[in-house]
Amino acid sequence: MIPSNFEYHAPTSIEAALDLINQYGDDCKILSGGHSLIPVLKLRLAAPAAVIDIGRIPGLSSISLDRDRLRIGALATHASIAASDMLGQLCPLLATTAHQIGDPQVRNRGTLGGSLVHADPAADWPAAILALDASITVRGSAGERHIAANDFFVDMLTSAVQQGEIVTEISVAVPAQPRASSYIKVAQSASGFAVVGVAVQLEIDNGVCVGARIGVTGFAPKPYRASSTENALKGNPITEDLISSAAALADSEAADAMNDIHASGEYRRHLTRVIAARALRAAARV
Amino acid sequence: MKISLEINGKKHEADVEPRLLLVHFLRDVANLTGTHIGCETSLCGACTVLLDDAAIKSCTVLAVQADGCRVTTIEGLASAGELHPVQKGFWEHHGLQCGYCTPGMIMAACGLLRENLSPSEAEIREGLEGNLCRCTGYQNIVDAVESAAREMAGAVK
Ligand SMILES: Cc1cc2nc3c(=O)[nH]c(=O)nc-3n(C[C@H](O)[C@H](O)[C@H](O)COP(=O)(O)OP(=O)(O)OC[C@H]3O[C@@H](n4cnc5c(N)ncnc54)[C@H](O)[C@@H]3O)c2cc1C
Ligand code: FES
Ligand code: FES
Repeated sequence: MIPSNFEYHAPTSIEAALDLINQYGDDCKILSGGHSLIPVLKLRLAAPAAVIDIGRIPGLSSISLDRDRLRIGALATHASIAASDMLGQLCPLLATTAHQIGDPQVRNRGTLGGSLVHADPAADWPAAILALDASITVRGSAGERHIAANDFFVDMLTSAVQQGEIVTEISVAVPAQPRASSYIKVAQSASGFAVVGVAVQLEIDNGVCVGARIGVTGFAPKPYRASSTENALKGNPITEDLISSAAALADSEAADAMNDIHASGEYRRHLTRVIAARALRAAARV
Repeated sequence: MKISLEINGKKHEADVEPRLLLVHFLRDVANLTGTHIGCETSLCGACTVLLDDAAIKSCTVLAVQADGCRVTTIEGLASAGELHPVQKGFWEHHGLQCGYCTPGMIMAACGLLRENLSPSEAEIREGLEGNLCRCTGYQNIVDAVESAAREMAGAVK
């Protein structure tokens, strides 16, 4: 399996990358870790005139704390996020999600930014990014803009990032209770992608749920916040009964379930509720 | 495009098409055919090599992405006629049958042991999740890596 020919550029600054992207317009692809793009090129599902490798732009893979926000460069690999002690402490949901992606070789190459832009409906990152209410920073020739996680995923394989833009950073507020979180998924056995994955970030005060954000991936063509479940939890004492009844609503936001060789829509709907309950129990430690 | 890679300590320079995959560079340009191609779809791990010390699937990396980097392949493990502890482990514990998956398995194990010199059995299985073997049933591979880890830890002390 060999891709069609393309021109290759490896700019060393964002400005140079933006110039190249504008020069080629629709006929180029940005390359980060390549673990979605290279398979697509090999299958010739895409045959761009040029590939712009942003992997050599310095400074895009750092992980840092800026007052109360964690800032993660778009090129941070799944492996570096999984291994970060700071994230393990301050935002274990990011580290645990990263750890569950694919296999070690995939995690060593694949990046957070690339995964988000690819917007695979079975990808793991979207669940955590929604549950953490992340902000995605994008650079274009007109300047910088920030996209809220809720507005980021537009449709299957489509994000809010426009042609001519580069994702540079993902930032999240340090959760009030980092450990009141979990990501649980049922994985496709060959690739590891999520059949259904649920990420939860809670805030619990004296046994009462005072904050809840839940991201669901895999179930629908685009990932979503399980707002009905969140609302059912908020303001109530966290009990097993509450978790069961709230989790039963976790499929309400998505009209159509995905239906493919990995799982029927009906089974995915069932899994979404079951996995939501498990993820809530793990986050609340009930 | 002209690229230069350090493979197993030796510099390799070539003028390649940007679409050339790293695994094809290794096998067809550098003539290092120890790295195998199994699935071509990033799933089997037969093509695993170390790129700047991290295990990667070389069928899913462009040779141009590896420009200026260090690559270690199965050919680069033994030194002065002495098998590397992981190779020795596979030999002694019958970690292979047909041998097709073996170079990739060994390189993935080397990647794991670089990060964790005393992995538990579960950590070894997880570390080799990206590699498939159609023959052994994996148990002997796990034993081989365990024994290599013991030997390497002993050498470090
Ligand atoms: C065998 C295998 C198993 C996998 N298993 C899982 C899994 O279990 N869970 C999971 O979530 N994922 C899985 N993946 C996907 C993996 O996580 C990919 O790395 C990820 O989806 C894409 O990230 P990348 O850096 O490789 O992006 P690339 O492949 O380089 O790019 C992907 C797309 O995003 C665009 N792009 C990349 N970076 C940017 C940027 N900074 N700004 C704008 N556009 C950009 C590219 O143009 C391209 O269209 C798997 C992949 C493989 C090969
Ligand atoms: S040949 Fe690369 S993973 Fe199978
Ligand atoms: S020994 Fe035959 S595939 Fe592993």
